[in-house]
Amino acid sequence: MMAAMSATGLVATALPLAAINWHSTFFLLFAVLACVCAVAVVAADNVVRMALYLVLSLGATAGLFFLAGAEFVGAMQLMIYVGGTLVLLVFGVMLTAQAPFVSIKTAPGDRALAGIVGASLLAVLLLSAFSVEEWRKPAAGVVGEPTATPIGMALLGVRVDEPPAHAPAGVRSGYLLPFEIVSVHLLVVLVAAAYLARAKRRKTPRAIEVAASVEPPASVAAHAAIGREPAGRSGSVLVGGPR
Amino acid sequence: MAEFLITTVGLSEWLAWTVTAVIAAVLVLNVIAGGALVFIWAERKIAGRIQDRLGPTRTGGRFGWLQSLADGLKLLAKEDLMPEGADGMLFRLAPYVSFCASFCAFIALPFAFDFIGCRLNVGVFFVVAVLGLEVFGVILAGYASASKWSLFGAMREAAQVVSYEVPLGMCVVVPVMLAGSMDMVTIAEKQAGWFTNWYLFHDPFTFVIFWVYVTCAVASVNRAPFDLAEAESELVAGFHTEYSGLRWSYFFMAEYGSMFLVSAMAAVLFMGGWNGPIPVASLLGLSEGTGDTANYFVRLLGMFNLLGKATLGVLVMMWVRWTLPRLRIDQVMTTCLKYCTPIAAAMFAGAMLWQLFLPGGLVPGLDRPAGEIREGWLEGPGGRGAAAPAASDEKVAQVISSQVNP
Repeated sequence: MMAAMSATGLVATALPLAAINWHSTFFLLFAVLACVCAVAVVAADNVVRMALYLVLSLGATAGLFFLAGAEFVGAMQLMIYVGGTLVLLVFGVMLTAQAPFVSIKTAPGDRALAGIVGASLLAVLLLSAFSVEEWRKPAAGVVGEPTATPIGMALLGVRVDEPPAHAPAGVRSGYLLPFEIVSVHLLVVLVAAAYLARAKRRKTPRAIEVAASVEPPASVAAHAAIGREPAGRSGSVLVGGPR
Repeated sequence: MAEFLITTVGLSEWLAWTVTAVIAAVLVLNVIAGGALVFIWAERKIAGRIQDRLGPTRTGGRFGWLQSLADGLKLLAKEDLMPEGADGMLFRLAPYVSFCASFCAFIALPFAFDFIGCRLNVGVFFVVAVLGLEVFGVILAGYASASKWSLFGAMREAAQVVSYEVPLGMCVVVPVMLAGSMDMVTIAEKQAGWFTNWYLFHDPFTFVIFWVYVTCAVASVNRAPFDLAEAESELVAGFHTEYSGLRWSYFFMAEYGSMFLVSAMAAVLFMGGWNGPIPVASLLGLSEGTGDTANYFVRLLGMFNLLGKATLGVLVMMWVRWTLPRLRIDQVMTTCLKYCTPIAAAMFAGAMLWQLFLPGGLVPGLDRPAGEIREGWLEGPGGRGAAAPAASDEKVAQVISSQVNP
């Protein structure tokens, strides 16, 4: 035992990485990955590569959530954002599938404009983030047990995160009703979008009906009716009268 | 384990955590890679028997059991080809994306009560979310190959996986609702005891939804009869047409890893996880409290139980693959949208009503875990399913009782 202890002590002193703080290491790793990939999304010139970088960036953000103990939010991030980017990727592939590896060039003026807008947004965010006094101190301690159950309970109106003294008496509605309203609203939007996006198909008559209903082809009509007004004006487009 | 390394072996804290993480990762990696070796051999034998032939017989002696190892060596030695017009970075990256997604999902999969990479409070949700990312590698592969067969295969797979996630999610929600937790360890612990406690036999609705889950799981891992993405009769080999050698075998490992994962999920969600059909350990008088050795033995037994169930699931998938013909794409979509989704929704509502009106089940004598007990931290400290004894347990219980029954 002593030998083992001294050996590990030797290893610990010999290694230059003595006492890595894994939490900070992973935080830096995920944060740098998220930022670099976010920049790469803008810099890349291929739709599918952009989607890949976006997925990496969002995945690194999910890693940050897991690191902070917010497992539910992290899994949500993976499910909704990363999974949603998947559908984006499918559309990207479908739209650019005619010619492989289409590259999208951004004009220099657009780059400059985007840079200005992004930098000003970043400045506002940084200012507001550093102006909150509590965020500048290190955290007081570990936040309580991370679990999804309080979220579900709060949805139903039972709050476990506030002391009973502050809780109002009687039945509370919770967030279930707003949540349901929002989700039904989203569903309506989805159905409406599907309806609008559907190609407006004119009811195409069948070939035999077309043949039965229209007048004879233009050339025949022209031969038959010399001296009358030019035929084909009233003819169907489907049969192809004179243009 | 990290505590053991710190207190007994005397490692410093960061080193202990590193060693623990590496051991867990290597174990999970071995489950995937070793499992793939065994399952590929089993698949060839089963396919052979179903088609009235022998399958591999020579390599490694009697049953050709070294066949997949020989195949692996052959794949290592193969030339690593890349099409000239391919997008190099995406082409090289795609197999790893697929494999990593399959690997990450194993982190939250419990093999026995404590044998779990990372016990997540939202385990089921995490696994479903990560498993959906596997298709990402497939789409990248199909796109980057610059081949129309690959692209067709990838787009088919994307359409299929995205649409089958809906009924799969609904099926997964039912055991979550019955257990009152998304933690896979808690879900499996609620089904402890005889096989009548399994959620498969909880009520008729869960029995039906289990089969919907099986269908959706087979579809979401792209196995026949849903293997349109690599339909070899029409698309050469689908998304991996242009791949060879080791990169190709990463796709295969990801596929077999996912097969094993969805089977293990079925075992945990519907078939009691590591709690056997017959509670051997408790019949022998062994329990968690008997002592460290007995404790370990019980968990080891549970692990073999879970591995056995998952292997059974994989074997059933192979049986289905070599028995049923491949579906057309419209049939695949019809199965998902017109059958699986409505059935899953109806069974979900049915299971919910059953839980509301018949929480004890039809037969009153059976000791069924009560569904209204939520997670361990609500049962009070020391509960079996307790994630970790939180200091504020009693306060939380008070808050809940005061708000639920004012």
